[in-house]
Amino acid sequence: MTPTGKAARFVAAYLAGTLPAFAADLDEKLAPCLSCHGAQGQSELENVPSLGAQTAPYTVIQLFMFREKMRVSDPMNEMTKGLADADLQALADALAAMPPPKPPEDAGDPARLERARALIEQNHCNTCHGPDFSGQQTVPRLADQREDYLLKTLREYKSGARHAYEPIMLEVLQPLDDAQFVEFAYYLAHLR
Amino acid sequence: MNSIRSRSRSLLFAAVAAGTVVAAAPTWAQQPAVNPSSPTQPPVPPSAQPGAGPGSQPLTSPAPASSAQAPAAPPSWMQGAPSTAAVAKLAPVPALPIATAVDKLPTAKLKLPEGFNIEVYAAGLTNARSLRVGDNGTVFVSTRVLDRIYAISDKDGKKEVKTIATGLNSPNGLALHNGTLYIAEINKISKIDNIEAQLDNPPKPTVIYDDLPSDAPHGWKFLTVGPDNKLYFNIGAPCNICMPSDRHAQIRRINLDGSGAEVVARGTRQIVGMDWHPTMKVLYFTENQRDWLSEDQPNDKLNRLLDPGKDHFGFPYCAGGDIPDPQFGWGHSCDEFTKPVAQLGPHSAPLGMRFYTGNMFPAPYQNAIFIARHGSWNKTHKIGGDIVVAKLNADGTVQSIEPFITGFIVDNNYVGRPADIEWLKDGSMLLSDDYNGAVYRITYGPPRQAGMGR
Repeated sequence: MTPTGKAARFVAAYLAGTLPAFAADLDEKLAPCLSCHGAQGQSELENVPSLGAQTAPYTVIQLFMFREKMRVSDPMNEMTKGLADADLQALADALAAMPPPKPPEDAGDPARLERARALIEQNHCNTCHGPDFSGQQTVPRLADQREDYLLKTLREYKSGARHAYEPIMLEVLQPLDDAQFVEFAYYLAHLR
Repeated sequence: MNSIRSRSRSLLFAAVAAGTVVAAAPTWAQQPAVNPSSPTQPPVPPSAQPGAGPGSQPLTSPAPASSAQAPAAPPSWMQGAPSTAAVAKLAPVPALPIATAVDKLPTAKLKLPEGFNIEVYAAGLTNARSLRVGDNGTVFVSTRVLDRIYAISDKDGKKEVKTIATGLNSPNGLALHNGTLYIAEINKISKIDNIEAQLDNPPKPTVIYDDLPSDAPHGWKFLTVGPDNKLYFNIGAPCNICMPSDRHAQIRRINLDGSGAEVVARGTRQIVGMDWHPTMKVLYFTENQRDWLSEDQPNDKLNRLLDPGKDHFGFPYCAGGDIPDPQFGWGHSCDEFTKPVAQLGPHSAPLGMRFYTGNMFPAPYQNAIFIARHGSWNKTHKIGGDIVVAKLNADGTVQSIEPFITGFIVDNNYVGRPADIEWLKDGSMLLSDDYNGAVYRITYGPPRQAGMGR
């Protein structure tokens, strides 16, 4: 379903009196998110993350940092401007309830994936992000995230371009290099 | 061991043995292991060869042929962690960047000694940390995971909260001196002169000192002005446990213009609270000790600096004043280092501390130290999450440590986390809670009528 289609469905439901006002209001706020991040929680746009089933506490923190310009991204700083704290929480909860992104049809190179899996475990990524990389609390889901976005994020944490709410990722990535980031992103984007 | 410790320990064991949750024990029993005596426990023998324990890094292996083979250093908060299933559940407890609504704050759950009252002073101050009160009554509140400083003004009995600085790098440390607000970020100290006259249009802070490491782990600072009119601040160890550089794990002082930097204490792992003894004019400070040594060791500490420039408080060789570090303690004895004046419980995370010199609280609290224990994360059954009061002997040693405000831990979860303490002019206490983004006020005497005297 397209974002417009989904919004239209909610508007119809609202007019029919089958939805409370706040649900329609939430959907109005969610629609612009989904237009880039994907109607089904799966982004089709380059460098734009999929947000379906993302942990709500993580999303709240990111939305807050965008709103306060502690994390800089022109579209996101603009989109979050004027949102109330309750909106951040409601949007994060709604995204967390959407289906997780699906792995790409191309299953990937088994030998490369196996090497990448070993590298990931060696670096303890699965300790916090979970054995299935579905995340927990403030630690984000990584499973089947877009490969380009994963790589961009790893590079931005390493270079300091992306502000971290707590410094954990900055520390973990300091001893690692770009060749490893490429493998991490490849593995996480192809999880099955 | 003093009686508080042994009694609460036995109650704790009784509760566990009976199969009840610890939270079912009496409130005081949830706050064990506050020990004002000097450390007397025998050192724990290391159970493994140095450097061979879980989580340690190989010291002599050749450089890996491929970068894909290089094991990553764990983040500082995980260094030294063994890999067991129980450990996987222990991690720092980050607060969400959304302040708790005023009607959801936990004041009704908190327990205070008879005659004391607690009320919400101001809410909506996300991540409220260090507190300072200006000459005109403005309350300044810092943040650690945010980038800003708040000011709370009283307008005809109504609290008005303004954000007076943003874009700062973990600006935890605040000090006020002769009308100037000093701000300690991770990598610089700055100031705003005459701040209370400029709350509506404050200028950008002016940097006075920036010869500082930029490490984020334990990079946040506490800031205080000494009786010598110098600024004192800590530089933490950028790790859980490591050999710090000669620029880390220390207290420095600088002149009010940023000149004349000196190291006055070494071997301090991380400090988030300091204050000056009202009559002896000696610096006391809380110090947080390493994680992952065990559930019950080492104790966090209350220290005092008697010999500026010479005192070494033990990091990384000796933890808690009495435990040689299993990795770095070899070849050292805890007796080489300055002992704490009190142990404050393992992992309990004592942060803000202030001496009481006001005239509202009863006489026994005069010149006592009130300490905010932020509470543990590296411990299965949480401890801390309270305010304790340390009463001192005439020579400045600790006579007793007693609970003062308890109840921030309910069913092993936080309902709030105390961060810093400061005094209003009337002698009442302000207490910040960075978990809820709130500041509370604690008074002694009959509860006031609503809307009066606030």
